[in-house]
Amino acid sequence: MPSEPLVAEHILEFPGGYARTTGPVIGRFLTELRGGRIVGVRTAEGKVLVPPLEYDPASGEAVTEEFVEVGPAGTVTAWAWVDEPRGGHPLDRPFAWATIKLDGADTALVHAVDAGNAKALRIGSRVWPVWRSERTGHITDISYFAPEVTKIVSPVRAEYRLQVGGSLLTFLEGVERGVFLGGRCPSCEKVYVPYRVFCPACGGPIADQLELPDTGTITTYAINNLPDPRAPEVPFVSAYILLDGADIPMIALVGGVPAHEVRQGMRVRAEWVPEGERTKSMANVRWFAPTGEPDVEL
Amino acid sequence: MREVAVVAFAQTRHTDHDGGLSEPELILPVINEVKQSTGLKRFGFTCSGSCDYLAGAPFSFVSALDALGAWPPISESHVEMDAAWALYEAWVRLQHGDIDSALVYGFGKSSLGDLREIMTLQLDPYYLAPLGLDQLSFAALQASAAGAERKELDEIVRRSRADGRSNPYALDLPEDVGDEYAVEPIRKSDVAPITDGAAAIVLAAGDLARELCARPAYIRGIAHRIEPHYLGMRDLALSVSAADAARAAGVGKGPVEVAELHTQFAHEEPILRRALELPDGTVINPSGGPLAANPVMATGLIRIGEAARRIHDGTAARTVGHAAGGPCLQHNLVTVLEA
Repeated sequence: MPSEPLVAEHILEFPGGYARTTGPVIGRFLTELRGGRIVGVRTAEGKVLVPPLEYDPASGEAVTEEFVEVGPAGTVTAWAWVDEPRGGHPLDRPFAWATIKLDGADTALVHAVDAGNAKALRIGSRVWPVWRSERTGHITDISYFAPEVTKIVSPVRAEYRLQVGGSLLTFLEGVERGVFLGGRCPSCEKVYVPYRVFCPACGGPIADQLELPDTGTITTYAINNLPDPRAPEVPFVSAYILLDGADIPMIALVGGVPAHEVRQGMRVRAEWVPEGERTKSMANVRWFAPTGEPDVEL
Repeated sequence: MREVAVVAFAQTRHTDHDGGLSEPELILPVINEVKQSTGLKRFGFTCSGSCDYLAGAPFSFVSALDALGAWPPISESHVEMDAAWALYEAWVRLQHGDIDSALVYGFGKSSLGDLREIMTLQLDPYYLAPLGLDQLSFAALQASAAGAERKELDEIVRRSRADGRSNPYALDLPEDVGDEYAVEPIRKSDVAPITDGAAAIVLAAGDLARELCARPAYIRGIAHRIEPHYLGMRDLALSVSAADAARAAGVGKGPVEVAELHTQFAHEEPILRRALELPDGTVINPSGGPLAANPVMATGLIRIGEAARRIHDGTAARTVGHAAGGPCLQHNLVTVLEA
């Protein structure tokens, strides 16, 4: 009978870490990092190496003693997207690796970029360092680079107290009783709903009040995919509904039907909340739902 | 230059898991195979390539000597690199003229640890290793810089896997390449598989080569070049060191029928093709290459072995074997073999 493999765990580790001397060139770079600055070293040929090396990789010659502050921003020259960070990675959320040519440098620095998602980054993207608050003189004193600021989020909120009077109050009193009140212009004979006291076309007064049925026809509609506190769920349909006998459509929610089945010409009826729950509010109408009658030619 | 040829080559049937064999047990069959095929029991020089970090044991290459029968004492050396560089050292040693044969072998069990993070340990300890930059991540940076077409890369993977399935020593990897990213832009299928295995080669000089092998694969050129380690100090879209090594080895002095390239990632193939200036007619990695079996530290030596095998069996007259080391093709070795 095959037996389970005999397995042992084996760990290779320098407890506490391995201490390394830095030498003057790398040491200067790390010291500047601790101070919140990024420096390169100038080669005999005048190129600026970032991060600094003790020799020019192109010629093998010793570099000069001139250190040059670079960046802090730079341009991405290549990038790779890590969807599942490893334990040793600088970020614990998806991030990019990038080679970054810092402003004033002739070589590129390898570091992490916190870009949110892969689409936010391309070759040529500008990135800026985000510094660790407690710096010790280590390449990870730069926590990561981040794309340039191109947008901010502004909170907007103002509070008002609205009082209902005039024709709207009349209309809402009708809604409280479960009827839609409209008005007919004595001049052009158009029936408006909600009820109003003057005709916006003729400019003359509308004295007549008439009760309209709670059935009508959808003239046009929109499928909304953004949540709205007044809608029960997403997606929801808001529609222009021409009540029977009215000349002007009224905007209302449509429900009781999948959003993609709503169509122009569809016959609908208001779905009222129970009588005991009604107030002077359009919330009395939960929505308009299809009646099942044949569509109407508009 | 003294004529030196590859006269024997053997490799394990590589596995995608740890079979539980110790390293000497892994090596022993391939050593015995090349001893048998050449009839040699002792060699003028022995050199191996391996990496202690793969097993996490210091001097693990020393215990591997148990597989050789190193008594009475033998002349031996080791490189902490792919065994292709051990072959280079053996070739140089044969140039001295006082010995005629050399045994070269390489081995690696990359299944024992997390190879991607073990490869972080080869990086510069000040600027790169502390970031935790792993092998897939630095390879993906090179793929980004090189910007190869996805269609081309998928074809490379499909071709390599198909060739690997007909190579008894390579792994059986599925036809379907999938579309999951390892680290974008490289896909999981672009990455050479985790593999355990070993390989051995016998080099012989002068008359001995002809005595030991009906059709020796003569090393007509061999050179290696290295470029700066730090990734931001070089143009990752190119491999300047591979191009320099290819020129020094004389790749372009004649047609190349077969090139075995040490491509641990699909995007490395177009980079190396350009660097070695290989024409469209050259068959790349007919063995399946590293994308079909990647016993780390033996993979580069196997490229030279596979290139030599085409000459041994008479299917080619001029071939190229390539090996690479370091991050993003930092170090490249090119060998030109001729009948």
